[in-house]
Amino acid sequence: MSIMEYNGGSVIAMVGKDCVAIASDLRLGNQALGISSNFQKVFPVTDRIYVGLAGLGTDVITLRERFRYRVNMYTIKEEREIEPETFAHLVSSTLYEHRFGPYFIEPVVAGLSKTPSGGLKPFIAATDLIGCINFAKDFVVSGTASSKLFGLAEGLWEPDLEPEDLFETISQTLLNAVDRDAYSGWGAVVHVLTKDKIISRTLKGRMD
Amino acid sequence: METSFAITGKGYVIIAADTTAARSIVKMKIDEDKIKTLSPHLLMAYSGEPGDTLQFAEYVERNIRLYQIRNLYPLRPAAAASWIRRTLADSLRSRSPYQVNLLVGGYDEATHSPSLHWIDYLGTSVEVPFGAHGYGSYFALSLLDRYHNPEASLEEGLDTLRRCINEVSKRLVVSPGKYKVKVVDKDGTREVEL
Repeated sequence: MSIMEYNGGSVIAMVGKDCVAIASDLRLGNQALGISSNFQKVFPVTDRIYVGLAGLGTDVITLRERFRYRVNMYTIKEEREIEPETFAHLVSSTLYEHRFGPYFIEPVVAGLSKTPSGGLKPFIAATDLIGCINFAKDFVVSGTASSKLFGLAEGLWEPDLEPEDLFETISQTLLNAVDRDAYSGWGAVVHVLTKDKIISRTLKGRMD
Repeated sequence: METSFAITGKGYVIIAADTTAARSIVKMKIDEDKIKTLSPHLLMAYSGEPGDTLQFAEYVERNIRLYQIRNLYPLRPAAAASWIRRTLADSLRSRSPYQVNLLVGGYDEATHSPSLHWIDYLGTSVEVPFGAHGYGSYFALSLLDRYHNPEASLEEGLDTLRRCINEVSKRLVVSPGKYKVKVVDKDGTREVEL
């Protein structure tokens, strides 16, 4: 019995052409017993950043509140919104502060960062439960179905996908991965961040 | 063993908890009330480690009351559940955590809707249409997946609750004998006989 698998749940993020997508399942369980099919794990941080928190349910809620507090403090002190790269380091240091009694969460960050020329560049990152950051150029995964998500993403993802194609790719990757994992599933939610809008859709999934 | 259920319906939440206080294999008491009224429109069923349960429930009860005295209005159900969750989550990483599982049900007077929160001793909190704690949950939840109706009247809701209780009595080896049932709706909280 691992504490990381106690409540179940999975998160994935992918890079597209001038867009990023982040998605998660909606299950909350007690080991094999399902409790809720509407447990959100992906949260907006700013207009251009989302964070996904896979792991122990109590720490999903605690960390969401903690990140909200720290981002608010950053925004007030700096008088500007936080950039995705900076937020990823904020996540990392928050987790490392608890190096010897960690939050049992492996977060995923997805966002669009400003370039010096004024454009937007897709950004994704994931960390382990003590804050070691993985800056990936293609996709990052986390949660109880992570091994399956890696397999499907490796097969389905391709560079420079347009927003609608990226939505299809991340949705199929997530839905098919969680169907092979008993602790994830029970519906899914997908967010696609583009330069002028955010597309959020709730997907139906297998309920077994 | 300890079991509690909660069901939401059209404008109400029903909470039921068994009334046995057991120590090891002995029943010490068979009429224990394990559902507290926190405010005029808020109920909380508690179960878990004996001693922790009552201590924690009274601590919550007094703090919710204090908020109401200070601010002249009560906490709404979601806000109360959020505060209770945070208290449990902080307690989890202390030297002696409270081992208490809760069902917090209330009627939100601002939105005129019922709300039910399932909270465990780790501080995991989620809003649910129906929830259960204890061994009874393994039987009741699958039954409620089939029979729960968010538009059901109070009488229909009580019928569904009876189904749950009957199923647990029939299939669970260590099933409780008696339950206390409380309802919260627009008129406040009250106890009902099954």
